[in-house]
Formats: sequence, structure tokens, C-alpha cells
Amino acid sequence: MSATTTETGTTYVPAAETLGAVLAPGARPQRPSALSASITFGWRAMLKIKHVPEQLFDVTAFPIIMTLMFTYLFGGALAGSTTEYLQYLLPGIMVTSIVMITMYTGVAVNTDIEKGVFDRFRSLRIWRPAPMVGYILGDMFRYTVASLVILVVGLILGFRPGGGVVGVLAGVGLLIAFSFAFSWVWTMFGLLLRSEKSVMGVSMLVLFPLTFLSNVFVQPETMPGWLQAFVEVNPITHLVSAVRSLMGGATDTGEVTLVLISGAVLVVVFGTLTMRLYNRK
Amino acid sequence: MGELGTGPAIETSGLIKIFGKNRALDGLDLTVPAGTVYGVLGPNGAGKTTAVRILATLLRPDGGEARVFGHDVLRNPDAVRGRVSLTGQFASVDEDMTGMENLVLIARLLGYRKPGARDRAGQLLEAFGLTDATDRQVKNYSGGMRRRLDIAASILSTPELLFLDEPTTGLDPRSRNQVWDIIRIVVAHGTTVLLTTQYLDEADRLAGRIAVIDHGKVIAEGTPGQLKASVGAGSVHVRLRDASQRPEAERVLSKALDAPVQLEADPVALTARVAGEGIEHAAAEQAARALSELAAAGITVDDFSLGQPSLDEVFLALTDHPATSEETAA
Repeated sequence: MSATTTETGTTYVPAAETLGAVLAPGARPQRPSALSASITFGWRAMLKIKHVPEQLFDVTAFPIIMTLMFTYLFGGALAGSTTEYLQYLLPGIMVTSIVMITMYTGVAVNTDIEKGVFDRFRSLRIWRPAPMVGYILGDMFRYTVASLVILVVGLILGFRPGGGVVGVLAGVGLLIAFSFAFSWVWTMFGLLLRSEKSVMGVSMLVLFPLTFLSNVFVQPETMPGWLQAFVEVNPITHLVSAVRSLMGGATDTGEVTLVLISGAVLVVVFGTLTMRLYNRK
Repeated sequence: MGELGTGPAIETSGLIKIFGKNRALDGLDLTVPAGTVYGVLGPNGAGKTTAVRILATLLRPDGGEARVFGHDVLRNPDAVRGRVSLTGQFASVDEDMTGMENLVLIARLLGYRKPGARDRAGQLLEAFGLTDATDRQVKNYSGGMRRRLDIAASILSTPELLFLDEPTTGLDPRSRNQVWDIIRIVVAHGTTVLLTTQYLDEADRLAGRIAVIDHGKVIAEGTPGQLKASVGAGSVHVRLRDASQRPEAERVLSKALDAPVQLEADPVALTARVAGEGIEHAAAEQAARALSELAAAGITVDDFSLGQPSLDEVFLALTDHPATSEETAA
């Protein structure tokens, strides 16, 4: 029982010597740290992008279409010229695109959770939130790609941020940090809902009001009072203001702080709910 | 932990799990000795997978207790996780990733450092005859290769207890034999294996002891020999040339074998259990006698066979209902 184990393995014969040599009872390595386990799951997410690159379509084509569409749709009417409108719109459209992409975290969790591999992850002695953090880490790469795509399109169309390189990077950084926090909403829905379709459905219900009923496209002053009230409490409004201020070179510390606080609240609330569902699955 | 090495690998008492109205586990009592293959035999929906999932800390029981190497699965899940590995009913590997990537991923999560993880993964791929498929995505693997990778992932760091949930369901006979060989080697190196299966034959070949479960309860427990003895050594299947002779054949057979005869849907077929007192020769002798008595009665037999008791027959003997699955475990 040895030499015939070639080819694709269909002629494989398990040999006591070779198999026995890799069995070492009791020799378990040290449990990985929380960070190491999370990064490993992040690596898995990156591998998935490598093997299924089509999924990057959402973070390249979609943002380009969003940017072009809204710039040329509203530019003339709202600001007199598209270039002028772009200075106002670009940070907002970037926020909208990225926040919309966050829902794919929920879709990924939902499609994975029913598969056998998830049972294996859950039976490992690792920091419990690591698989979820891993998803989000992988998605942060996607957010970065999408932000850069939008930025490049914007620069080509005539976006000239007053904050310079530092301001723009700070804006993108804040946006990605917030998206990390916001993704926990989707890990929760991914675990809670039965199908990919329902995750998509719920995400539309959440995302459309959040992104459109904000200051992304127009100044809230033109809206009726009740709507202004909603826009005022909408965290996306504050995120857009903060990103705009950073990119524009006039950092609004109050807004930035507010965004960081709302991000922390999102992680605490939805991270806890996610882990509760995850442990009960 | 002093209980290690001497105590049982698994102990459950009165384990209960309810899904909606379905009592998937209804007071399951199991004691699995360390260092052996323990078979859990039952039809679909009997509660096999539910039991495995509770013992692997994937599911919380609604009642009762479960301990793995003395550690309570609810109170000390991490101690349990550190000692067990699970190969689930559906391949617990990632289809989109390659064989190497799958094993490196699990190795890293077990705590191997990067170079160590790759080395270890390479060794296992080789030992499992998957070297040529190292960089191929798992979705392009055959069922047998996938199952081997799955088991390889489970023994990356050799567990004290390995759960194999229906590891051969859906495999071709050759792959099934490979899995059986692997299980034997793994056990010989000191790992306890809890094997769930729907096949009596599989449990018989591998397991030192078997628990038969039905509706979430253990209905019989013992060595394969004890179990088969309680069921009878097997069944005699007879096909007649002429259907009109069946009532006569039924009478002759039931007298010769001293057992009830079952009339099959096929109008020329009959089946009868052979008691055999657990000794195979006795069964064969009884069957031979029955055959000659059929001939003596002038009944023409077209086909005659003596078969091992099937799971269905085990169930008929133990529960008086066949092993059909009216409900499926959630």
C-alpha cells in the first residue's frame, strides 16, 4: 500500500505509516490571539476576492455610476454647474456608495452561515467574534477600493478638495472607520434573516432612507420641518458633514467626534446583538 | 484535569433538544469510552446530528447534561473546543478556496504560526493523497477528495475526540473504503471517534460499541455482536417461481425458521428473520434447512439469499417500526 498514490488521488490508499506520521495526539499549538484569529479571517475574505474577483464589481462600477449619475443629473439644476456641484456632492456620494456597499457583509455572512465550514469555525477554540471581524476587515479593503475609485473619478471630473491630500485621506479614513462600525448592523441581519434575498430587502429598507434623507444631495434648509428633524438626527448626515469638512480643509471637530461616538455605539449595540445570535445559531 | 485518560470521552444524561414541536433529543444517555470508535446508528431525523452539534458546542441543549472529557459543554465550552474536531455532514471546507488555503486557514486558527501552518498543511495534503490538488479550488474536487480534505482539516492538530457525522454518506464504494481506512488509522493513534451513520454495516466494521437511537433516545446499546444477536443473524429472502405457491411457502418457512414471515410487495417474494443465536453458522444451517424443506414441499424457488440484518431490520426488531424518517432534524 504505497507507490500507487499518484494522479488525482482517486487511487489513493491510506497508508498507516504516512498517516500515522502526521498524527500527533496532544501536540496542540497555543490558542491564537484575538487579533491573529481576526486577521486570519480577514485573509480568508481577501482570498475569496482573489478567487471570485467579480465581487469587486460592486466597489468599482457601482460607485462610478453613482458619481456620474448624480453629478450630471443634479449638477446643473442645483448648483448651476456640475463642477461646482461636485465640490459639494463628492464627499456625500462617497459616503452613500460606501455605506450602501456595507450591506454585502450581511449577504456574505448569510450565504456562509448555512455551510458546513461555518460549523468548523464555530467549533474552534478561538476568540468568538473573530469570524465576524474577519468579514468586516475584508470588506474594509473593498471600502478602500471604492473610495479611491470615486476619488479618482471625482478628480477627473474637477473635484478640487481644499483639505489637500491629508484632508482627503482623513476623510476617507473616517468614512472607513464608520463603515466598520456600521457593518455590524449587517452581520446581525445576516445571522437573523433566513435568506440572502431578505437581507437585500431589509438593507434597501434601511439604506435608502438613511442615505437619501440626509444632506448628501441637497442642503436640508429647503426641506419641510419634519424632514429636517429626521435629517438632523440621521448619523449619515453627520458623517457627510464631517467628511466634507475634512476634505474641504475646515475640520469640524464637533461633527468628527459625533461620528466617532455614533460608530462606537453601533459597535457596542450591534456587535453585542451579532454575537448573541452567533452563539445561539 | 485528573479525569483525563481514565474517564469516558463523552457522557450525556437526559439530553434534551427541542426544535419547535419536534423533540430532536428526548433524554439521550450516552457513555463513550475513550480510545475507541463509537457508532451512533439511526435513521434520518433520529437526532444523530443534533447530538453531535451539542457535543461540539455548536448547539445549546434545552435540558440534561453533556460532558466531553469531563468538561461540561455549556459551562466550559472552550475546554471542549480545545479537545475536539468536527467533520460535519456537509463538507466543512470552503469551496472557493484551494486545498492548501483551507488547511492553512484552519492551521492558523489552531494557533500555528505562518511557516508552521504551511508545513503542516503540506504534510497533511501528502498523507491524504491530495498533493496534486494542493492549489486547486475545492469546488473542483471529487466527493471523496473533499471528504479527505475535510478529515485532514479535522486532524491538523490531532484532536482527542473526533466527530464524524455521516462521513461516508454520498460517497462511492472506493472513497468509502478510504474513509474507513483513515478512521482505523486515526483511532489506532489514540483519538476517540464518534461516528454517526445510517448504515449498520459501517458501524459494524468500525465501531467497538454502537448506540442505536430513534426519536432522540437510545433504544439499544452494545457491541456490534450483541446488537446483531438481539436482532437475529439476518434474513432469508426467497423468490418463488409461482406466486400461487406463496401461502404454502409462508407456512413452510415460518415452521422451519420458527419466525414470522413477511410478505413482500412483489407477489413472489418472502422474507423471514433467522434467529441464529448470534452465531453465523447457525443462521446458515437454519437457512439451508428451510430451503430443503421448501423443496420437499414441492415449492420451486427461483432465488434464495441470506442477508445481514439491515438497519431496517434492526429497527423492526427493536422498535416494531421501520427506519423511515417521518421528520428531519432541523
